[in-house]
Order: sequence, then C-alpha cells, then structure tokens
Amino acid sequence: MKEKSVLEMRGIQKSFPGVRALQGVDFTLCEGEIHALMGENGAGKSTLIKVLTGVYTKDEGQIFLKGKDEVNIHSPQDAQRLGISTVYQEITLCPNLSVAENMYIGRTEGALQNWKKMNADADKILQSLDIPAKASQQLASCSIAVQQMVAIARAVDMECKVLILDEPTSSLDDNEVAKLFKLMRDLKAKGVGIIFVTHFLDQVYEVCDKITVLRDGKLVGEYEIADLPRVKLVSKMLGKEMDDLSDIKSEAKAYEEKDASEYVFEAKNLQSNAGIKPFDFYIKKGEVNGFTGLLGSGRSECVRAIFGADTVIGGEVKVDGKSVKITKPIQAMKNGIAYLPEDRKLDGIVGDLSVRENIILALQVLKGFFKPFTKAEANKFAEEYIKLLGIKTASADTPIKSLSGGNQQKCILARWLLTKPEYLILDEPTRGIDVGTKVDIQKLVLKLASEGMSITFISSETDEMLRTCSRLIVMRDRKVVGELKGDELTQSMIMSTIAGGESEK
Amino acid sequence: MNTLKKITKNQLFIPLAALLILAMFNLIMDPGFFKITLGQNNMGNYVLSGYLITILDSGSELAILAIGMTLVTAASGGQDISVGAVIAIGGSAMLRVLCGNDPKPAQLHAPIIVAFLVSCIVCMLFGAFNGTLVAYFKIQPMVATLIMYTAGRSIAAWINNNTLPVISPTASPSFAYFGGFIPGIPIPTPVFIAIICMIIIALVLKFTNLGLYTQSVGINESSSKLNGLNPQAIKLLSFVILGLCVAVAALIKVSRIQTINYSVIAKDIEMDAILAVALGGNALSGGKFNMPASIIGAYVIQFLTTTLYKFKVQSDALPAYKAVVVILLVVLSAPVVREYLSGLKKKIKAGGKEVA
Amino acid sequence: MKKRVLATLLSAVMLVSLAACGSNGGSNDTGSAGGSTGGSTSGSTTTTTTTTTDSGSSSGALIKVGIINNDPNESGYRTANDADLKAMFTEANGYEASFAYSLKNDEQITAAQKFIQDGVDYLLLSAADTAGWDSVLKDAQDAGISVILFDRTIDADESLYEASIVSDMAKEGETAVNWLAGQGLSEYNVIHIQGVMGSAAQQGRTGALDDKVKAEASWNLVTQQTAEWNAEKAQQIVQSVIDSGESFNVIYAENDDMAKGAVAALDSAGISHGVGKDVIVMGFDCNKWALEELLNKNWNYDGQCNPFQASYIDEIIKTLESGGTISQKTIIMDEKGFDAATITQADVDQYGI
Repeated sequence: MKEKSVLEMRGIQKSFPGVRALQGVDFTLCEGEIHALMGENGAGKSTLIKVLTGVYTKDEGQIFLKGKDEVNIHSPQDAQRLGISTVYQEITLCPNLSVAENMYIGRTEGALQNWKKMNADADKILQSLDIPAKASQQLASCSIAVQQMVAIARAVDMECKVLILDEPTSSLDDNEVAKLFKLMRDLKAKGVGIIFVTHFLDQVYEVCDKITVLRDGKLVGEYEIADLPRVKLVSKMLGKEMDDLSDIKSEAKAYEEKDASEYVFEAKNLQSNAGIKPFDFYIKKGEVNGFTGLLGSGRSECVRAIFGADTVIGGEVKVDGKSVKITKPIQAMKNGIAYLPEDRKLDGIVGDLSVRENIILALQVLKGFFKPFTKAEANKFAEEYIKLLGIKTASADTPIKSLSGGNQQKCILARWLLTKPEYLILDEPTRGIDVGTKVDIQKLVLKLASEGMSITFISSETDEMLRTCSRLIVMRDRKVVGELKGDELTQSMIMSTIAGGESEK
Repeated sequence: MNTLKKITKNQLFIPLAALLILAMFNLIMDPGFFKITLGQNNMGNYVLSGYLITILDSGSELAILAIGMTLVTAASGGQDISVGAVIAIGGSAMLRVLCGNDPKPAQLHAPIIVAFLVSCIVCMLFGAFNGTLVAYFKIQPMVATLIMYTAGRSIAAWINNNTLPVISPTASPSFAYFGGFIPGIPIPTPVFIAIICMIIIALVLKFTNLGLYTQSVGINESSSKLNGLNPQAIKLLSFVILGLCVAVAALIKVSRIQTINYSVIAKDIEMDAILAVALGGNALSGGKFNMPASIIGAYVIQFLTTTLYKFKVQSDALPAYKAVVVILLVVLSAPVVREYLSGLKKKIKAGGKEVA
Repeated sequence: MKKRVLATLLSAVMLVSLAACGSNGGSNDTGSAGGSTGGSTSGSTTTTTTTTTDSGSSSGALIKVGIINNDPNESGYRTANDADLKAMFTEANGYEASFAYSLKNDEQITAAQKFIQDGVDYLLLSAADTAGWDSVLKDAQDAGISVILFDRTIDADESLYEASIVSDMAKEGETAVNWLAGQGLSEYNVIHIQGVMGSAAQQGRTGALDDKVKAEASWNLVTQQTAEWNAEKAQQIVQSVIDSGESFNVIYAENDDMAKGAVAALDSAGISHGVGKDVIVMGFDCNKWALEELLNKNWNYDGQCNPFQASYIDEIIKTLESGGTISQKTIIMDEKGFDAATITQADVDQYGI
C-alpha cells in the first residue's frame, strides 16, 4: 500500500449474467483528495461503487483500506463500519421519516435513542452546512435538492474516511452545487478522500484533483487533472478522438418567422393543477424550442400540461389549427404528441418488462386493447430501434431495469419515435447519461427536426439547449417570463432573463 | 448445464417440481394412487374415478379463481380476500333466482342459465365494488376487500331471507350436472368448466393486451399513465374479471351439493387462491405474472389436500401444512437464500473441477 | 419527533376510551336499530331490536329481555333457533326483546355489558365459549338481572344464573350409536365425519361413537376426520376413502350438511345407500330436507338437536315473574332420533327445521 492512500482496489472483477461489468479494475484514493470517477454509462462506475460499498460482492480482486490492510466488504453496514459512506444519485432515504431520523437511522447503538439530543445534533449539522431544513421536518416535505443535501449531511456526520458522491449534483441548482463544493473542499482539508462520480465536466474541473477513467468495465487510466484537458478526457471516455461537440453547434438552425398557419401545436392560457401560472405556447413544424429556467421554475410542469400528464384546469389547445381537448395522455398521443418524462425511473421505464415491451408500449396503447402486436411484429420494431439508436442490451427480452441509464433512456426515446409523433417533447433527455449518448441524442433531435418533426427540448445544461434550440421560453417562479430567439440566444442573455426584470420581446 | 439452468430459471419450474415431488411421494407410498377405474354411478352412468380424477375435479374452482386472482395481483399489487364470501353471494343469488321465495321448490322458477347470468352480474358488481375502492379510492386491496370478507356472507344470507334453499333432483336433475357428471360423459363436469375457463383466458391473453396492460400498471403506474393507459380502469377491470371467475366457481360449488351454507361454503378458499398465485412464482407485490404457473399452483394445492386426506391427516391440520409450503416458498425465493445457493453451486462445481 | 410521540400517546388514549365505549357507552345503539334480518357471519356484533318501543302505557308492562346468540347463518339449527326466539319474544307475548349476535366470546361479553347498562330484566345467553363469563354475570346479578342460559352451558358458578336449557349432546350421540348397534350388522366399518373440533356438538356426538368402537371388536373406524360442518369437505373425505378402495358400510356424519356431502360422493361412485342398501347414512339436526331423505329411504337415521328452547325459556320467565322458583338448574330438552323405517310425513312437518 502506498504511503498516503486511504483506499486501494486491485484487480476487481464482477460479472452479471451475460455481462462482465468489471474486468481487473484498479483504483487508488489518497488522503485529502477529490477523485473523479469518469466513464460513459455502462462503463462500470456504478458497479465499482457498489462493490466498494458492499451492495454487490466482488467476484475477484482485493480491497485495502488504510490501517486495515485487506478488507472484505459484504454489506453496506460493513462499509459504513469501515468508514466508507455513500450518497447515491437516487435518494435512498425514507421520505416519511423526519430529517433527523433519516440522518441517524441505523446508526444508533442499542435500542434506546435520545430523541432530543438527536434533533439538536441534527440541527447543528444542518446549520453548519447551510442546509435549509429543520431536524424535525418530514423529509418528504423538503425539495429534492434539500433531500439530497440531507443525504450528504448524513454521510458527512458519519466520521467517514472515504466519501462517495454518486451523481450528487444532478438534481441541484448552481447555488446548491456551490454549497456542496464548499463542503467537499472543507472535508478534503480534513483529510477525507472523496470519490466523485458525475457527468458534468465543468464540475470535475472545478473541484477535482485526479481523474480515473473507465470504459467498458476496464480501467483506461488515472490522470492528474492538470494533465488531462477536457477534449482529451472526453476522447478517453469514448475511446475515440472526436470533435462532435463543436460540430453540433453549426447544425442548429436559425429561427425563421412563419405565420400561425404552420403551428403544429398551440396553447392559450393553458393551466394545470401543478401550480404553474397560465401560459401561451406554440410550436411550428420542424422547430426545436425549449423551456429554460432554474430548477423548479415550472419547466417540466409546462410540458406536462401540454401532454395532459397533470390535471389540466384551463386553457385552449389547438393541434394543426384545430381545437382539441387534451386532458389525458392518451388524447395527446392520439394527436401526435409524444412525451419523454423527466424522471426516467419513476415515469419512464416499466422496470420488469422487457426492452421489447417497453419499446412497443406506447404504440400498442395507441393501437388499442383488442389489437395486440404479434410477437414477430413486436420483435421487428424492437430490433429496428435497438439498431437505430445503438441500444446496448443482451437481447430484446432483457428486462429494461438491468440496462444502464443511458440505454434505458434510448429505449424510452425509441418508444416514442415508434409512434411517429408530429410533436416530440423531451424533458431532460440527457440527464444522468454519458457524454456519448448526450451527443447522440442532440444529433438525433436536430435530424428529426430537419425531417419535419417539431421538438420541445428541456435540459438543465444551457449549452445543450443553445446548441439545439432555435427558440427558448424562459421561466421564472412557475411563470413564463420571456422568449429568446436568433441573436438573443446566448448564455448571458438567458442568465439575465432568468435573473430579473420583465423580458423585452 | 445451460439447459438445466434454463429449466430451473423458468417460472413453471417451482410449481411443476412441487407437483412432481407430490406425485413421486404418492407413487412410492402407494402406486394405487394413480389407478383410474371406470364404474357406474347411482344414476347409472359410467364415470371415471380415482385420486387423479378427484384432484382434477376438486381443484377446478381453485384453478378458476387463480386466474382472476393472478390478474388482480398483477394489476393492483394486492389480493382480494373476499372471494369466498362473494362465492356465497353469487351462489345465494343463483339459488334465489332458481327457487324464488320457496326454499324447496317443486320445480325451478327460472332456467339455470338465467340464474347463472344473474349470479355473474352480481359477482361482477361486487368485483367492481372492490375494484372501485382499490383503483379510485386508493385503498390497499386487502383492506378494501376486507369489507366484503366481513359482510359478504351476511349479504348472502340476506338474499335468501336466511333460509337455506335446496334444489332436489326432482325439481331439476340437470342442476347437479355442473358439479357432478353429465349423463354419458365419464369425466366430472367441473374439469370441463375449468378447461373452458383456461382456454378463454389463454385466448384473451393472446388476442388482447390484457397481459401487457395489467403488468405495466402493476409495475409502474405512473409510467403507464404517461403511456396513455388508464391505470384505474385496468385495476377495476381485473377485479371485474375476478368477479366473473368467482361466479363460475360459485356455480360449481352450489351444484356440487345443490344447496348452500352461507357460513361455510368456499371457506378460506381466498387463501388457497392467493397461495396458488404465490406457488406459481408470481410476485404478490404485483407486476409480471405467469398464468399457467398460477393454474398449476392451484392443482398443486389440491394435490396436497387430496394427499393429506389419503393419509388421513386431520383436515383441520391442513392449514399448517400449507403454511409450511408457504414458508418454504418464501424462504427459497428470498434473495439472500438464492445468493447463498448459487454460491454453494459454484463451490461444488469448483470442487468437482479440482477433483477432475 | 415530539409529534410522533404525541401521536402514539393519543392513539393509546383513544384505544382506552374506545374500550370504555364498548363497555358502557353503547346504550344509544340499542333500540334505535330496527328490523330483524341483521346478523353478521364473522366479526362484529350486531344488535337489533324487534320491538319498536311505543310511547304508550303498554311499554311499561313489557318484560325487557336481552338475547345474546350465535350467528343465525352458522347453520340451519341456529337459523331455526333464532326464528323460534324471535317468534316467542314479541310484544304480543309481552316482551321487549333486543338481539345481539356473534360467534366471538369477547364480542358477546361486550354485548352483555351493554344489555346490563340498558337495564334489561332478563339476559338470555347462548355463549360462544364456555370461559370468561364470571365477572359479567356477577355484574348482571348485582344489577338485579336474571340470567338464563340456552343451548350452551358455561364454566361459571351455578348461582350466577337461574337456569340452563340445553341439549345433551352426549345423549344425542348415545341414542344414535344405540340405534346403529340395533341394526345388527356383523361388522361396522364407519366413516366418521366430525364437526368443528372442540364444539359441544362434536364432543358429544364423537364421544359416544368412540366409546363404542373401543368396546366392540366388530366396530372399526375407517377414517375419522373433521369436515368442519362443511358439505364439500365431507364429500372430499368420503371421496378419498372411496378412491383408496377401503370398504365401509356406515357414514356417521355429525350434521346433515356433511351427510349430504358424503352422499354426493357415494352417488358419483355408484355406491348404494339408505334402507336395505350397502351403506347406512346417519346425520344430525333434523333439517326438513334431511328428514325427507329419510322418508325416501335414502338415508337411515337423523338425530334431533332441538333448537326450540323459546317455550322453555318463556315458561321459566313466567314462573319467576309470578314469584315462583325453578326447581332444577339444568333443564335438558327432549330429543328424538328418527329411523327411516318408521318416520312419517307428520314427523317431518313437526320436527323438521
């Protein structure tokens, strides 16, 4: 073991039926270091983390901890006892317990618990981390971002030597991210080793010291941050040299004024029960537009209202110039609208069903209860889209839940493309998925638009929106506050529109 | 090795293996268990008899109920515990139509088919009642159906003014056919009724999207809704289908003895139906299901019951044996045990290699 | 966290107060519910009043009785018993009656407490279980309420009740077994189908047969199984014996329903039964349809379990009201056993329930 390392993993192997998820991976973490673990979805990051935290048992390999030599980790409790704490991408706390209970659950010695002291301690930690929550508050009443921070607070309080942050920032806004980074630096100064898994390249370069890159379950290499510029990092992750990121920009079409007769979809004073103010919206044939705004500004709620996913309580809707009623998703679907939801796990995939069934689901529902596809037809559709979108799966029969996030997302995309929609809504299609797939999806969006499909694209990464959209609707506090197009489509313009004042049209 | 793995991973493996174990046990203890003889019954018809026939005959109601229970389990992620009580209601309604106000009618007041259809409608209405509570009022299925479980048998008694109607062979010789034999056919009628139900459900699953929709709703309701499905309607539908299955089971049950006893008819059958679903390897928390596995599960339970009767095990001890089966199943399907077993298999394999 | 503790405390308090309601706060239920068809099969106690209290002078003269019975849907016996009581304790006969039904002892005790609160004159009780009645009967005694037991006895001091009108189940069993012995078969191979294990009827009817089988070498039990009063289970039990090929010549079923189930199995196997046939069929309870089977010579014997206790109870109340005393605490009702060879249509009409 090296002098300063707190954790060493050597030759880690892990297989699942049909997949070799990890093949001889080495990983070293030093004291007081923030170490980024990078790789595309399915590269083995999550598996490596889960082996380290005892969720999975490794097939082969060794794990060394400082002062303990070789350790065997069989369960998350083992890991916790050894000082390895984790904050996962998906919140794994209990929403119906209080914040303090969530922070201390499973950590008490014996059956007795001093509730008063627990609440006081929890409040102290929350205050010191500047987390806007009370110890006695029910966790479910906090926003997702705050819940995430509570999870971090829980990990931080556990006197850990190794802290693993698995996509902790994917549901946080910039302010919250900054707070988290401050916290990470504080911990680093105390000598904690932090493993940071993220898809945000900016964040890696802002906060990390070292980068370990995985690809296809194998180790690509370990690099000092200064030695690895962004382009190189991306190419290491993808395994090829590429300039795709810059290519895309030139493809975005300039917004062209067209008259109202070309509106594919038009809404007036649309309002749902999700708490958004009534808004007007339209989209033309072949247009790509987007909703932008801070987290929780009502972006998703707007598109959900368009699709009838929330209860629509007011407004008029026209499709191809004709007035229609859309209060349920099925009505939207029948009018040629498709919607890829924000929360893939909760609203997108049907976990236990196969990739094939997930792909044909929407089209099947459109076709009707008494007209099921034959197995051959369904297979044909599935195979076609697995090939078209490059979905990595053992077969069309594989349950979708065993696919990586990016591939799950591609399946959901396939599901909606299969319905041949006129108007496609993509809500955070690139969230939590790898760079390669992100680029694929952006390219696909532009290609589909050029073929005449209208697309609404929502992403919390503004540069993605700038690359793909020709018109942006800006939201603040659940209200549409502006619209940007043409020359106005710049980062700074978006920022200033979001930030304040009424927008000038 | 691979094919073996494939077989053990198949969902039909557990119920079929259970069936095989029971069959082997009986074969060893008494080969005469499998004897089937052709004899004459008291109506002068030639009929088959033997333990196997008894199993197929007595297991019919359970197999039919398992069909509906599987769908309810898949769609709602819970179980209907009121099927026994609703069988009492359906049977009572049928007898009410057949007998009118006279508990011992000299002749039937209505054709049997009319009475059966009335019973179907009644049972489907009660299914819809349960389904509405579950789908629209979001009550846990077990809790929602507890209402009918508690009140059902009193409702059944109320339908016939607390009298116990009896249909004598002189009033209608054909009423006993559904639970007994049709003259000239040596196989018990319930077997045919069960087969018809299985064929119907197989056709329904093949020619409609019932399977895909119920599974989809059971796995992820929110996602199903965004795919244009109406989860509430599908849950309701599954309960209504179960209601229909209950009506068919009620017909057989009442026809078997041509009378009804509200408090004991089909007693505890809901537990057997739920056990059949579980034995079929279906998750009781809903989602994916395998219909043939559930149906085989039902016959496994009847096989077990008949075996225990054969060996003169006190029948009030039957639930205890079923409990053992449930515990075994639950333990075997627990992830911890599965992991341990697969680890053990690997070790044995590795050991074998070393020896070689 | 405080909230949580408070909630737990609150719910505890509510539970206690609910229990209190059960014991003394129920007076407003009784008397308000009309109709007489109620009754629940499993679970809750239902209380109904048959006589709507008229606001007239007549109500003062009525004798208030609280009747606690088992669920009338339990069996034909119970239905007949309930109907008999309802026919007797009417306003026309000078009674104001309230009924409570449950198969559960604790619910019956709660109902009894309620009746005591209501200040009934007589408490008529058919207990679900023999134990646990002492304190509530003591309360009744302190409140000056006379208790009369019917159909079932309890484990309590005799001084706590005025009289107990019961069937002697053991005697029913003896009558039946004696009748069977009188048939003079060379060998008795009996399929014995029992009721719910532990019930008084099962114990009495099983006891007599068990003794006989032990005493006589020519008496064998082919199988002895409980079908829990359930016809279908009885059918399966008999079917199982038929499938095994063992020979038998008597079916001793502890009620009519189970005898019917057994006969269904015999019929489908082509085994003849009844007077002068291969298998002797015996049942209990004297349902009208069962007696008709006897009349048609399909069955051989049916033992009566007399459900008509109302007239006995009425007599006792009349005696007590007129200041008389009851000479005998335990009153055993007359019960017959019917033989298919001698039964008449008149018997069916009179004794069939």
